[in-house]
Amino acid sequence: MSASLAGVLFDGFAYGMLLFLLSVGLSVTLGMMNFVNLAHCSFAMVGGYVTVTLTNSLGWPFLASLPIAFLAAALVSTVLERALYRRLYRATDLDQCLLTIGIVFISVAAAAWFFGTVQQPINTPPWLRGTVQLLGMSFGAYRLFLIVTALAITAVLIFCLEYTRFGAQVRAAVDNQRMARGLGIDVDRAFAVTFALGGGLAGLGGALAVEIVGLDHAFAFNFLVYVLIVVAVGGLGSIGGSFVAAALLGVSDMAGKYYIPWLGSFLIYLVMVALLMWRPAGLFGKR
Amino acid sequence: MASASRYFEKQIRLRGLEIAFWLATLLPFVVTPAYLQLASQVAITALFALSLDLILGYAGIVSLGHAAYFGVGAYTAGLLAKHGWGEPLSGLLISAILAGLTGYASSHIIVRFRHLALIMLTLGLGLLLHEAANSASWLTGGADGLQGIKMRAVFETFRFDLYGRTAYAYSLVVLFACFLVSRRIIHSPFGLALRGIRENAVRMPAIGAPSRAHLRKAYTIAAVLAGAAGALLAQTTETVSLDVLSFGRSADVLVILILGGAGRLYGGLLGAIVYMVARDQFAGMNPQYWYFWIGLLLVAVVMFLPNGILGGLARFFPRKS
Repeated sequence: MSASLAGVLFDGFAYGMLLFLLSVGLSVTLGMMNFVNLAHCSFAMVGGYVTVTLTNSLGWPFLASLPIAFLAAALVSTVLERALYRRLYRATDLDQCLLTIGIVFISVAAAAWFFGTVQQPINTPPWLRGTVQLLGMSFGAYRLFLIVTALAITAVLIFCLEYTRFGAQVRAAVDNQRMARGLGIDVDRAFAVTFALGGGLAGLGGALAVEIVGLDHAFAFNFLVYVLIVVAVGGLGSIGGSFVAAALLGVSDMAGKYYIPWLGSFLIYLVMVALLMWRPAGLFGKR
Repeated sequence: MASASRYFEKQIRLRGLEIAFWLATLLPFVVTPAYLQLASQVAITALFALSLDLILGYAGIVSLGHAAYFGVGAYTAGLLAKHGWGEPLSGLLISAILAGLTGYASSHIIVRFRHLALIMLTLGLGLLLHEAANSASWLTGGADGLQGIKMRAVFETFRFDLYGRTAYAYSLVVLFACFLVSRRIIHSPFGLALRGIRENAVRMPAIGAPSRAHLRKAYTIAAVLAGAAGALLAQTTETVSLDVLSFGRSADVLVILILGGAGRLYGGLLGAIVYMVARDQFAGMNPQYWYFWIGLLLVAVVMFLPNGILGGLARFFPRKS
């Protein structure tokens, strides 16, 4: 029993790290501009499809396709930000919601058009397929790889945010956008860079997600709720909050589906509603 | 005071264009008798959009989970009919009241929040109910839907026929009645207070309008109407599927309302006509590609037509004062 408990915890944590990669960009950009971007998972889907196409059709190695997935998603998010989002920063929540839901609809239909509605297969290298023996227990190699990657990215993100000049500008803009502008910080530029970075990270998350949760045309919809839960619970603009919220969500979702399968996703939604009612600004949110 | 009551009286009077619109809703009976089932669907969707308009267009509550009350109404009406209570009108009333009670209960949560937390909560509550209905398959039939609904005739005389003649007449009458009630509410001091709250929820209590109590009332009324729409769907089609509670339905009704123009009463009705007829015309198309056009339409409306079709028309035909 204890072994299976550890297994569930491990799988849940790996799943949580995946959710963290998918949502961290949204958390920071939402905290900065208060822009309700429901299309964040569409960027993740771009990353997923880029990786699938590169590895399956063009025979690229899996690891080499990951940076391309990151770049492609970052590029798409930059283009969208420049062309559409930029005009709606001062619009109401409703308009922002509608625009981004529209983009989700378009991306889902486009994915169905180009790739069909079937689950996409993925070829991971052999060394990521088996299990690894550690302390008398076996862990999935791919999940271990996922956790290590996510932890490394978190470390880099926190370092950049805490110890670089650009990070200080981003933090200032999240805390108080008007004040930051008053101090001469180019908030729009900082936001554009953050947005591209967040989109890229979502793309990377999407590429890494294919092995674990699969990839089909409805990905942008199916993960929207999870990503929003992470952001809303973790608090806007907080990397640490997103990390804790994603880990909690991953573990509790996995545990719920493992031990009480008849409840389905009910438990997750219940936890989310209860948490939001208790702390509307999220566990670590300031506002 | 006299001028205030004269203002409301003037607002309440039906205009010529409105009378023409409602007369035109009778046209499908003579012009397109083969499409009465569709017309009935349009009327039901219009009622649902009208109910969303009350909270979104007038009270300013953005909801991504309005299908929750539609679903409660549909399942209540369906279950009543399945277990022997096939009388439509009382079934409709009970369903609407039950949806209203659900709405009243959740309104205590909803009115406390704004912005992202509000959107997330409405979404969460809607998903919660969807999952609950999915899990409780002994009651709802789960993913297979509720089967074996047998409706009795309206007033024991008008049977629900294959061509949808009764279905459309029934839906249209209910829609018209609900519309008149909504119109009366909007053009009352209460409706004016709602619009004030939409503009500034903090300042309204200062002039004697309790924001949260008013919002709770509006939310409950909207839930009643949504429940009635759901019940109509269950009764006229004699099936209820899990789809009545889905996020897709909440998103669809939002699209319909925005397309027509929120905060204008007729926006939802016009949006429902355009949307449903277009979807029927493109029925041969794969639903995935249908959503491509809906997405494109949404982006275009937000970018170029911020107040929907009616808002765009109003810009070309400014009203004479």
